Amino acid sequence: MDIDFYWSTFLELLTGVPLMAQLVSLSLAVGFVLAVFVALIRLSRWRLASGIAYGYVYVFRGTPLLVQMFLIYYGLGQFEWIRESFLWVFLRQPYWCAILAFTLNTGAYGSEIIRGGLQSVPWGQIEAARAAGMSGWLLFRRITMPIGIRQALPAYGNEMILMVKATSLASIITMLEITGIAQRLISQSYRAVEILVVAGVIYLMINFMLTRLVKWLEHWLSPHLRDAPVVATPAAALAH
Amino acid sequence: MELLSWGDKGWGDELFFATLMTLAVATAAFLLGLVFGSLGAAAKLSRHGWLRAIADGYTTIMRGVPDLLVIYLFYFGGSALVTYVANKWLGTSGFVGINAFTIGALAIAILSGAYSTEVIRGAVLAIPKGEIEAARAVGMSRLLLFRRILAPQALRYALPGLGNVWQLALKETALISVTGLVEIMRQSTIAAGSTKKPFTFYAAAAVLYLVLTTLSTYAFQRAEDRSMRGMRRA
Amino acid sequence: MKKGLLSVLAVAAVAALVGTPAFGQAKKVKIATEGAYAPWNFTDPSGKLAGFEVDLANDLCKRMNAQCEIVAQDWDGIIPALNAGKYDAIMAGMSITDKRKEVINFSTPYAATPAQFVVLKSSPLTKALPLDTKVYSLKTMTPETQKAIDAVKAAFKGKIVGVQVSTTHANFLETYLKGIAEVRPYKTTEQHDLDLTAGRIDAALASQAYWKPMLDKPEGKDMTIVGPGFVGGLFGTGVGVGIRKADAQLLSEFDKAIVAAGKDGTIQNLSMKWFKFNVTPQE
Repeated sequence: MDIDFYWSTFLELLTGVPLMAQLVSLSLAVGFVLAVFVALIRLSRWRLASGIAYGYVYVFRGTPLLVQMFLIYYGLGQFEWIRESFLWVFLRQPYWCAILAFTLNTGAYGSEIIRGGLQSVPWGQIEAARAAGMSGWLLFRRITMPIGIRQALPAYGNEMILMVKATSLASIITMLEITGIAQRLISQSYRAVEILVVAGVIYLMINFMLTRLVKWLEHWLSPHLRDAPVVATPAAALAH
Repeated sequence: MELLSWGDKGWGDELFFATLMTLAVATAAFLLGLVFGSLGAAAKLSRHGWLRAIADGYTTIMRGVPDLLVIYLFYFGGSALVTYVANKWLGTSGFVGINAFTIGALAIAILSGAYSTEVIRGAVLAIPKGEIEAARAVGMSRLLLFRRILAPQALRYALPGLGNVWQLALKETALISVTGLVEIMRQSTIAAGSTKKPFTFYAAAAVLYLVLTTLSTYAFQRAEDRSMRGMRRA
Repeated sequence: MKKGLLSVLAVAAVAALVGTPAFGQAKKVKIATEGAYAPWNFTDPSGKLAGFEVDLANDLCKRMNAQCEIVAQDWDGIIPALNAGKYDAIMAGMSITDKRKEVINFSTPYAATPAQFVVLKSSPLTKALPLDTKVYSLKTMTPETQKAIDAVKAAFKGKIVGVQVSTTHANFLETYLKGIAEVRPYKTTEQHDLDLTAGRIDAALASQAYWKPMLDKPEGKDMTIVGPGFVGGLFGTGVGVGIRKADAQLLSEFDKAIVAAGKDGTIQNLSMKWFKFNVTPQE
């Protein structure tokens, strides 16, 4: 056992965490908006748009993320008109290519989760809201959306963890996040197994914290499922 | 289009064989993963705390660590481990190689085994307690109970979940391209580099994966329908 | 009893996995190459490996009277996989360096070529760092070499340079351009070429023997070599066959074969065929 080596590797790999965190949070944030948007289109009565949304989800769920990333990164660069357009300002940077690929990917998976969540909102609650005079946007904003999202949260938490794991692929398009740094270290010392194990531990720690966070969020969002807090009254205190 | 044609000038035939390789790796990994999954589920449902702990550790690690890392780890560490074991117990000396196919299939099997564990465990738990009690009451032995009641029902409940696990395994095979196994992804990268037409070949790869996932969705749907023959429908 | 059964199962499983174990000193040599570093080694449209090193490997094997199998292997894992026993030798344009010598052995070099920068013809770098046909050795830091390095540093300030990971070229950039230019690591040289053409990076650093034939191809018509060439020092003494430290026998066989192939002009012939110039190491 070479504790010093493990420790210095650990510290070195930690320098990749900020980039990973950026990739994850940006992709998840934009991907979530995209997911809600796509889920709503798919649930709408607008046949053509719904069909296009279905096609998008189908393609992105049916192909490996690595292919999507290579198509966006190396593939789009093949065309001169893309390289001459304003899009190139973003696409020429691996950072934005990675974000674009991750966003589109999580948007597709996320939309299915949210669609499931929205569909699982009990009819009774919607009827009750209608009876109370809510309709349209108000009904959606106050009832369908919050309940649907709450239902979708556990599955969405899973998707977040998958996203953290997916960022390791960014190393393949030259990004120096945790896995990218691990590869650089391997090329310097050739001690592959040790370095990979340390990297694995870092990912496990991050995902552990993320799982806690989602659990806490779930708890926070479902006050109606919790026991009512016991308030200590002077009378109760006196009874003892 | 000429680039994708069959024969020595185009890459069509290479891509076709690469697709067969992808299918072969995915199938081997999925089936082996089912074995790991069954063992994992049995351990998770066991009465022994230490078995449950091992199985929990297994699924937690596999679900928390990037697939790419697991594949790299197998790739770099797998041979060393096998060499060690072989030298110790088989009396061989020197290095023992494992081919890229075995490494890739094993890595993905371990990964998909973790997902299978949860699917199979859920399926077993979904079987109504009453049916098991009834089987016991009519005097079935443990083996008979497993064969007649537990296994067939669990399989039915597990089918949709296993369909997902298969799709995951199929898509994960793209990552084994880093170990040098010539499957769809690796072949497209080689062709893209050699022709400087990355879009063409990665798009071709995407289409091939879509065909595979579409066909397997259909196959699993058929299997599910068949397994539901005896069920009441709402 | 149970333990006995378990170990039998484990042994059986290992035996099944192993396939063809390399028992003892059979005259079978498995050689790894990258298959994506033309013209050193590459994959042709029929899916076969070809190139300078593939031809040379076949020639060396004949001289060693060995049965050879050449396999393709991703570059960034090529050394760990050798030590993990996936194959017995590496012939993949790999430079002999002290760093690598800590983990594996090298045969005598069979090629030596300087490292050079390539940019797009339209790039301002063609003016900032004009082509310098002289080759500088990093072995000893003469004032001349120092001047050449300073010129490179000045020209690449704030630029993005692509390079293949785990190469001596990557080490060069780490050592001399760290904090000056942004260095992007690629899995293959072909990928940094794609990005150079696409304009994502300003320059790429690789071996002259890679660039020369590349620039002659239609895909390379927009690229050009700039600045000085570098050899020696962290670039090592040339390109050699990588072999596991334990395999002393194989090493000496390769050495003998390479010396013989150098003497009778085979290396020069192959190098003229693939590179259009002589890469034979000059003592």
